[in-house]
Amino acid sequence: MSEDVISQIKKGHIHKLLSMGRRMDGRAADEYRPIIVETGIIESAQGSARVKVGGTDVVVGVKMDIGSPFADTPDRGVLTTNAELIPLASPTFESGPPDPSAIELARVIDRGIRESEMIDLQKLCIVEGEEVWINFVDIYVLDYDGNLFDACFYGAVAALKNTIVPAEEHGKGENYPMPLSHFPIQTTAVKIENSILFDPTLDEEKVADARLSVTTDENGDLRAMQKGLAGALTLDEVKSIIDTSLRLSKGLREIIG
Amino acid sequence: MSGTPSDIKLIYENGIRIDGRKADEMRPLKIEAGVLKRADGSAYLEWGKNKIIAAVYGPRECHPRHMQNPAKAIVQCKYNMMSFSVSDRKRPGPDRRSIEISKIISEALEYVVFTENFPRTSIDVYIEVLQANAGTRVAGLTAASVALADAGIPMKDLVPAVAVGKADGQIVLDLNKEEDNYGSADLPIAMIPRTGEVLLMQMDGHMTMEEVDKALGYAKKACQEIYEVQKDALRRRYAMSGGDAGEDDSSDEEA
Repeated sequence: MSEDVISQIKKGHIHKLLSMGRRMDGRAADEYRPIIVETGIIESAQGSARVKVGGTDVVVGVKMDIGSPFADTPDRGVLTTNAELIPLASPTFESGPPDPSAIELARVIDRGIRESEMIDLQKLCIVEGEEVWINFVDIYVLDYDGNLFDACFYGAVAALKNTIVPAEEHGKGENYPMPLSHFPIQTTAVKIENSILFDPTLDEEKVADARLSVTTDENGDLRAMQKGLAGALTLDEVKSIIDTSLRLSKGLREIIG
Repeated sequence: MSGTPSDIKLIYENGIRIDGRKADEMRPLKIEAGVLKRADGSAYLEWGKNKIIAAVYGPRECHPRHMQNPAKAIVQCKYNMMSFSVSDRKRPGPDRRSIEISKIISEALEYVVFTENFPRTSIDVYIEVLQANAGTRVAGLTAASVALADAGIPMKDLVPAVAVGKADGQIVLDLNKEEDNYGSADLPIAMIPRTGEVLLMQMDGHMTMEEVDKALGYAKKACQEIYEVQKDALRRRYAMSGGDAGEDDSSDEEA
């Protein structure tokens, strides 16, 4: 997310607070902002969710259609994830085709869902090699106040959990809920000097050196990771972030439903 | 207008429409101002099954540069439908329809903004359709003018807008999706009730002069009604934030 510059005063303030073990909004280092999840808000979508993580606000819709499978997975449905950083959400977002940040964001969400085998894609095969269900998970950011990775992930997961396969309108029998087999949760932390902060705000992201997103499943297994930004993390920091992620994932799983 | 298949009944014998409304009755309209944190002004609108968010940024530096006007601000609106807002997934990004709609909405809004107060700048208006059910351009314009006011931009007035049309040979106010698809005329219009000025108008389909007169009469009455809903949204916004509407106060956002 290419964001605008941050003032030296604010940057200094964040650093000074962190040296005393504090954050600008008073949260603990591993504490998330309030998360609000609403599902089934878009009737024209097969599944939908609006998720707020603090001041960050995203809407996700799942559309399903019938199409051909990929040649190398003839017996599996298709998952396509797209993220739009629309200019409504921030003075720094511009319209046009997805830029590298939007592409990274969409691919990280896609990977977390795909690698956790959240969707049972085999159950989305209609005729092997010919007809399968295509899932379009479309993410739109409405308000950008940091940590898009997690807000979008929770939105995608909540929307998928709420999705009904529209078999009837395609003449494929009765509608049924999206076949799901796992429940992944992602957390994202940033490193600022020597502090590790989960669920960074926009201001924290602007001064962050490195970022790490970790996706785990309900059995406590790791499913995906993504390190971002130009700074470095030590191996101990990585391990510590994974441990904290696992600990946080239980509570987050309850909130996302 | 995609023709009138004779097997689709849009108005029953007793004059009631398929969604239970009378010919001159609007769908329920709800507007909330100041729903986004980052935007300078914003509004959320639900009109029947339409769900729309509008945001305003600016006045700010004008991009692209060559569009700058040394004497006044320009208003640049981008109307966009989210991919899942319609029954068949829409490919993300602008198409010819949305570009045209963006242009006529920009022009309608430019008229009410005191653009001469902000030379060389751009006032950017973004309209995102989350869920579409006929009349999204007028709903978008209605929401956008509330968002402009919420941004504290000096304006002559708000811009209420509505679509009137013809279904089963009758003039009806505020077309629903079925009436829009199978009806025989559509006339979106924006009108300032105080002055009677028309800021946006389009029409397609087939209507007689008498029918146009009747439609405009319906629209005029509806715009007055919409105008009251717009003002009420702003009043509630200011009451909630104690007059300090420009600042971040995400606490007033509904879940």
